[in-house]
This record gives sequence, structure tokens and C-alpha cells, in this order.
Amino acid sequence: MSTAESYTQQGPDDIDQIRESVKSLCNDFPGDYWREKDKDNSYPTEFVEALTKSGFISCLIPEEYGGSGLKITHAGAILEQIHRCGCNGAAVHAQMYIMGTVLRHGSEEQKKRWLPKIASGDLRLQAFGVTEPTSGTDTLSLRTTAEKKGDKYIINGQKVWTSRAEYSDLMLLLARTTPKEKVQKKTDGLSVLVVDMQKAKNNGLTIRPLRTMMNHSSCEVFFDDMEVPVENLIGDEGKGFRYILSGMNAERILIAHECIGDGDWFIEKAVNYANERHVFGRPIGQNQGIQFPISKAYAALRAANMMVVESARKFDAGENCGPEANMAKMLASEAAWQAAEMCVQTHGGFGFAAEYDIERKFRETRLYQVAPVSTNLILSYLSEHVLGLPRSY
Amino acid sequence: MKVLVAVKRVVDYNVKVRVKSDNTGIELTNVKMSMNPFDEIAVEEAIRLKEANKVSEIIIVSIGPKQSQETIRTALAMGADRGILIETESEIQPLSVAKLLKEVCDQEKPELVILGKQAIDDDANQTGQMLSALLNWSQGTFASKLEIEEDKLLVTREIDGGLETLKLTMPSIITTDLRLNEPRYASLPNIMKAKKKPIEEKKPEDFGIDISPRLTTLKVIEPPKREAGVMLESIPQLVDKLKNEAKVI
Ligand SMILES: Cc1cc2nc3c(=O)[nH]c(=O)nc-3n(C[C@H](O)[C@H](O)[C@H](O)COP(=O)(O)OP(=O)(O)OC[C@H]3O[C@@H](n4cnc5c(N)ncnc54)[C@H](O)[C@@H]3O)c2cc1C
Repeated sequence: MSTAESYTQQGPDDIDQIRESVKSLCNDFPGDYWREKDKDNSYPTEFVEALTKSGFISCLIPEEYGGSGLKITHAGAILEQIHRCGCNGAAVHAQMYIMGTVLRHGSEEQKKRWLPKIASGDLRLQAFGVTEPTSGTDTLSLRTTAEKKGDKYIINGQKVWTSRAEYSDLMLLLARTTPKEKVQKKTDGLSVLVVDMQKAKNNGLTIRPLRTMMNHSSCEVFFDDMEVPVENLIGDEGKGFRYILSGMNAERILIAHECIGDGDWFIEKAVNYANERHVFGRPIGQNQGIQFPISKAYAALRAANMMVVESARKFDAGENCGPEANMAKMLASEAAWQAAEMCVQTHGGFGFAAEYDIERKFRETRLYQVAPVSTNLILSYLSEHVLGLPRSY
Repeated sequence: MKVLVAVKRVVDYNVKVRVKSDNTGIELTNVKMSMNPFDEIAVEEAIRLKEANKVSEIIIVSIGPKQSQETIRTALAMGADRGILIETESEIQPLSVAKLLKEVCDQEKPELVILGKQAIDDDANQTGQMLSALLNWSQGTFASKLEIEEDKLLVTREIDGGLETLKLTMPSIITTDLRLNEPRYASLPNIMKAKKKPIEEKKPEDFGIDISPRLTTLKVIEPPKREAGVMLESIPQLVDKLKNEAKVI
């Protein structure tokens, strides 16, 4: 057993049990499964079904709506373990947390309408339509509009990087309901709507998959007079930006857990290879030039993990965890990348061979320094909101 | 009918075990422990029988240190109903385990006891057979298939050279082989439910059983390192080496 494992295995026993069970599940989805999916750029349906059936995806949904009512610490442990085992949670992680916006800000009728089916997996709410081609990080400048006409909103505009749009039944959409120049507060005027994508397809909704560096099922989405019934508006009209923000801490904390899992996977691979590979008649791991980058990556990952654990603890305690959630995502994504880079170097030429899965994981883990929020924006947030420096943009 | 399944907490099968420097045993500090894989198969078989409505209750028994509770909890999360932990920190050998299990059987009166054929730590492969002898119940060891036909048990066994099918009169003892089934992983709702399932805590003394070891371990050593092979030029050379160096012919 590697030290990395002994470290992450600690914790209350139900978390250990969850980790064990997720690990057994992941054993059914070894490297060649993911390699095939990566090669064909196809969705890991079987993996998603297994996770859904075993109830791990609905862990955050309260028991009264059919989930397990667990905490972000548990959800994080599940995603971390998935990544630690060499699998990838990106195909399904949003089904865990997008519903949080409905849970926190939706009406009782909406929760009853959607949450039990989301918990069972009959309804997939894992498309999140925020980013747009022209506004990018500047969410308040988004241009997709929702115009109220009678008992419907008419949607026009475009989203980009809408992950899993082809594999989702519902989309959580952020659109402008009041023009930017007419709002009192600049954070007003955006609204959150739940879109029934199955109904809207060929009815004002067009989805176009984007080919990316890794197998991620991300899409461009076009709205052309797409209708959404008013009863699908979440909370109050014009307050949507706040509702979206409130879900972002959860997303960041969970993604940070995935990064920790990736980092541990890279380190374990590197340690094993450094012990086994003999060059010049001795294991390459005997050279400090090989050892030290591994140990450095390990130390960085453990440090990042402390922030991840702390962010989850604060979230679960209902405390303000904004700074910690952001720092956790930043530090964990960077530590995972450091480990990825080290792992390729440790493996020499074999780091590039698809069969070793390292090049695939290397591509996959790179994303998290950009999405769901880029490192620069986290630094801007810390500078302005935590340290009191002038706003830079 | 009730079924009793015995489970043991052992060093995880993925761990490369290391001998303690004083040669008294295996290094166990900071080593990952799990349920004996053959016992997982036993739990799985019991759950399948319950799902097929052949069994009404599954009781898990583990004998060992306090942490064996986690092992029982794993079985409960897979789908068993309740647990009994017989807690002891002392070394415990197959005969003592069999005697304790006999006591539990006397109290619980199961129709069927399923055990792993052996535990992967000491590989003794004795407990099931000893229990069968102590209870005077029928036994089907190394089972690769199990069927209940009215009050009989059909057990397919893996033996040298093939498969043998026995028809047993219950109550019976079954020990599992690898190919009996593929154990499931616990679903999240079942992990949550398992937290509320009861585990009764006992001590060997409660049964009046003396568990002091009958065998003494003198020394535990690493197996000899495998030496590198050599390529030989000819058959006579090979024969010569086998005769004079390896001394096997
Ligand atoms: C694979 C993938 C999946 C995604 N999935 C989703 C999804 O499901 N839903 C969704 O809504 N979005 C999704 N995204 C979008 C993602 O959140 C954005 O790409 C990300 O927030 C960055 O926005 P941008 O691409 O528009 O970059 P831009 O905003 O154009 O920024 C480009 C670069 O400039 C930097 N930059 C911008 N402004 C500043 C500033 N003021 N100071 C310093 N640096 C600055 C950024 O940090 C970045 O490095 C996904 C993206 C990818 C790649």
C-alpha cells in the first residue's frame, strides 16, 4: 500500500465504507474501458449507469426526495475515489450538484416535480448553461435573453462549453430577463430557468458537440425562440446570478476532490514505475532526480488536500466557505497538474503510450485550471474580496 | 431459514505483506485490512439465497479485534441483516474459531453456515471442516455452485480433476471457492441502512470457550528470493545442471 492511500483512507467509517464500495465499482471500469471511450470520443454510459444505480450520484439529495441526504464531504470522497481509481467523474458529477440550485431556491412544487426523478436517475439534470462565446468569464455580460410572453419565456441566444448537453434531460439555464441598462444593481436582471431539453430539441434548441482535447461531451447550444413555461423559473425573476453563485462553491469543492484523486493516481503510478523500471542496472527511483519531483508533487498534493478538506468542512457546517472553496480548487488543480507533469517525466517515453493511461489522465486533469473557473479569476477574487485590493477588471 | 456467515478481517489482498524484523509474524501496523475475499463470496451467496426467497435472515459473525466491526458492517452494507462480533485481541486459531462458531450455531440455530474455504492470511483451510465435525452437520467444501432443492442442498465442488456434485441433508456447512459468484459492492443506500443494523458484541468468555492456541509459531520468514535464470546451450547441459546443481534428478 502506498502512503498516499493510507492518508486518504482515514476518516469516519462510513466514508471509508463509501470509498471501498466506489473502488469496487471502479474496478469494473479499468483503463482499457476509458481508453476505448477516449478513442471513440464516446460517453461512458455503462459507468454512469453503474454509479447511478448504486445511489452514489444522488448522495446530496435529501432523503425526503429520494436521495441519501449526505454532505459535501461524502460527495467529495466519492468523486475523489473515482479519480483515484483512474476513472473520470466528469460525465456525471454535475448530476450531483446542479440540482443544488433547485433544492436551495426552487419552490416545494418544483422540488417534488424534479428531485425524486433526479435521485433515481430517471431525469438527468446535468447540463449547466452559463458560459457564452462572447462574454466568457464575464457572466454578467451574457447575452442570451428570456422574454416573458404570457405563461412562457421565449429564449434566444447561445451557450458554449455546455457539457453533457447531449446526455441531459434538463438544463439549468442562466439568461437575461431585464436588459443590462435597465437594472438597478448590476447583478440583477439574470434569471435561472429549468429547460426541458427533450421537449425543446428541434423546437428551438440545437445542440452541436465540440471536439476537445479530451473526451468531455461538451457542446455549443443554440436557442431560437425556445419556449420555457413560467413555472420553470427558479426563485424570483432577475435574481438568478445569486442563485448560480450559491451553487458554485459546491462545484469548486467537488472538482477539487477530483483533482486530489487524480494527483494520488499519478503519484501511485509514478512510485510504482520508479521502483520497477531498471536503467543502468538499478531502479530509476533510486535517482534523486526522479525521487524528488515525486516527493514534491506528493507534498503539494497533501497540502492542497488540507484546503480541500477544510473547504468541505466549512461548507457542511454552513459557514462561509467562498475563499476556501476557491483556494481548494486552485491549489488542487495545480497540484494535480504538477503530479501529472511529473508522472509523464518519470515514465519517459512510456508516459506517451496510450496503454499506460497517463497521457489520457494528463489531458483530462489539465481542464481544472480553466473550468469551472480559471486560476486568474480565483486570484482576482482573493485579491479583491479577501485581501481588499482594488478590483482589477 | 436462517443462514450464518462467518467473516474474517485480514490484510487486504492488494498489500505486499512484510515479515516483522523479529520474525514473529507479519507487519500489521498501518496496513490496510479488508474482508477475506472468500468470505465476501460467502456473504454474496447468502444474499443471493435471500433474494431468491430461500433464506429469511442472514447473520454475520466475526471473531477478532474490535475493528472487525467494520468488516461486519461491510457485510451488512452488502445486504446481510445483523451481526455478532466476538471480540478478542489474542491470536485465534481455526479450532477455537470453530468452537466459538459452534456455540453461536447452538444459540441461533441456522440451517446453513457459509464460510470462506480459507482466509488469505494464514491459508489454514480448516475452520469449516472442524465446525462440521463439532456440530456433526453435513459439509460441502470448495463450493463452486449451490442450489437448494426443497430440504436438500446441491453443492458442486471443485476437486482435483473436475467437479463433483453432492446432495446434502441440512443443516450443513458450506465453504466457498473463488468461482461460486462475484460479490457485489454495496450501494450507497445500503451503506446508509447498514449503519442502523444491529451488531451484538460478545467475548469468547461469554461462551466459556478457551481460545488459547494449541499450536505455536516458531518463526516467520520471507520466502527465498527467486534467482535470475540462465540460458543453456544444449539438452545434455540441462541434464547435467538438474543432476549436479539442482540435484532434482
Ligand atoms: C471542457 C470544458 C467544459 C466546460 N463546461 C462548462 C459547462 O458545463 N457549463 C458552463 O457554463 N461552462 C462550461 N465551461 C466554460 C468554462 O467555465 C470557461 O471556459 C471558463 O470559465 C473560462 O471562460 P472562457 O473560456 O470564456 O475564457 P475567457 O473569459 O475568455 O478567459 C480567457 C483567459 O483570460 C483570463 N482572463 C479573463 N479575464 C481576466 C481578468 N480580468 N484578469 C485576468 N485574467 C483574465 C482567463 O483567466 C483565461 O485564462 C467549460 C469549459 C471547458 C473547456
